[in-house]
Amino acid sequence: MDLTFVVISLIKILVVFAVLMTTLAYLQWVERKVIAHIQVRPGPYRVGPHGLLQPLADVIKLLTKEDLVPPYVNKALYLAAPFLAITMALLSISVIPFGPEITVFGHQTLMQLTDLNIGVLFVLAVSSLGVYGIALAGWSSNNKYALIGGLRSSAQMISYELPMSLAIAAPLLISNTLSLHDLVMRQEGSILSWNLLHGPFPQIFSFIIFLIAAFAETNRVPFDLPEAENELVAGFHTEYSSMKFASFFMAEYANMITVSSMATLLFLGGWMAPWPEKYGSSFVPAVIFAFAGVVALYHGMHAARRRDKKTLPVFGIIFLLIAVVFVLPITQIWLIPLFWFCAKTGAILFTFMWVRGTLPRFRYDQLMGFTWKFLFPVAILNLLVTGFLVAWFS
Amino acid sequence: MLTNPVLDTVLFYLFALLVLGGGILTITRHNAVHSAISLIVSLLGVAGLYLLQQAEFLFAVQIILYIGGIMLLFLFVIMLVNLDQAAKERQFNRQWLIALAAVAAVGAEVAIFIYKGKDSFHIAESAANILAPGVKNTEVLADSLFSEYLLPFEIASLLLLVAVVGSVVMAKKRI
Repeated sequence: MDLTFVVISLIKILVVFAVLMTTLAYLQWVERKVIAHIQVRPGPYRVGPHGLLQPLADVIKLLTKEDLVPPYVNKALYLAAPFLAITMALLSISVIPFGPEITVFGHQTLMQLTDLNIGVLFVLAVSSLGVYGIALAGWSSNNKYALIGGLRSSAQMISYELPMSLAIAAPLLISNTLSLHDLVMRQEGSILSWNLLHGPFPQIFSFIIFLIAAFAETNRVPFDLPEAENELVAGFHTEYSSMKFASFFMAEYANMITVSSMATLLFLGGWMAPWPEKYGSSFVPAVIFAFAGVVALYHGMHAARRRDKKTLPVFGIIFLLIAVVFVLPITQIWLIPLFWFCAKTGAILFTFMWVRGTLPRFRYDQLMGFTWKFLFPVAILNLLVTGFLVAWFS
Repeated sequence: MLTNPVLDTVLFYLFALLVLGGGILTITRHNAVHSAISLIVSLLGVAGLYLLQQAEFLFAVQIILYIGGIMLLFLFVIMLVNLDQAAKERQFNRQWLIALAAVAAVGAEVAIFIYKGKDSFHIAESAANILAPGVKNTEVLADSLFSEYLLPFEIASLLLLVAVVGSVVMAKKRI
């Protein structure tokens, strides 16, 4: 086997792993900040400037907590469940493409760990294996609240997997491929050639169904019944402490990142810019970061608090430096696609948090009735119309 | 395609071990949840064998449908029933002799059939070797399923629909 291939793959794995882990930690900080600002309070503020070191403190806290295995649990499965959940949640990142094929030091390589020809099915398969982590955690804990939480979650995930798969099938009919890389390449052009707006039948309904099902698949508000604390204590992870609890927590956030990137790839054109480069789409990131830098500098000069006089100008200079990096031709080639991918995924992740701060929780029978009586028929209808129109126009 | 005969053989025996070991554990474990998990391991081994034959679509469908769907429902039902009673009962009955004779008879029968018809057996080529370059396994499968075998495919789906409607009618007193 080619040695350069191995070396490049190892480097890519290290980079993706490090970035993913940092994102997981900071996603939680972002969520706490967003929820806090929705509720008109500052959120984490004590550890580091604007609470930026809070994730680090949380990691240290979770690592040093007592790792308790309660008596009467089914020990083998109790220990295997969090491992299963986090492994399956992290595995699907390996097929997600972040950008096009690029040349690094003379070597062609994809901005993706591996391009499977059944990438879409692989993500579905891995996410369906992830359910076992939750179901087995609930059963092996030997606790009635945990069991009900685990059962609720597996029933919910099986039910919402159906409309989700149907919603995924519709854009696949238009793009005619199962490889995630090819899927994005076929949405090249402008915002009008993304699957959301393109094709014989724009996939707006699919996108909405996919998003709703994604909320349920990741056990997020308003579908967070498995961990409804006022009736089930903490649901399937009631008996878990320390890093075993953290594994479930990380798995939830990793699943959020996966479904958000899947929505980006399937419907929003992946790393493609919303309008062609000749109309100046490649300057958008630089302009945004430069504007953010100038705003931070301005507020730093007219700071109300003493601490902001130091922190805000530092942030401003960092933003301006990032803007400069985005203009440099060497880094531009691979940073621009990455920017668009992260921007779209980030927008969907923000929607997750926004909804959490807005909607109350469903009742369990409403949750099940909603998917079987409404979401599923609509998804089938959408797939039928799409299939008919694709066949008609091809 | 990167294929290494030694690695393929090692992987084949590994997956075969998973299939057989999982199968044996499924019927010998006392705890029903452990049995279900052994069956899942066995099905995972089958999925691995599909992948070894470069039938990647079958691999994905095996995991999504059997492991992610059907076995999860199994596990769901097993978790809801009280297992303490079942775990205490004797697992095998004592009719060793009759069972042994029956197994020997069936085994001899199968052996004779295979021996008589051994010329018509041949080990299947992996998909990538048969297909023309550029033609994908998934597309060929879809083509044959929706053109050549359309009628059996539709009949099978109708059968499943009948089963679904039947189970709803039986489970619900009032519809």
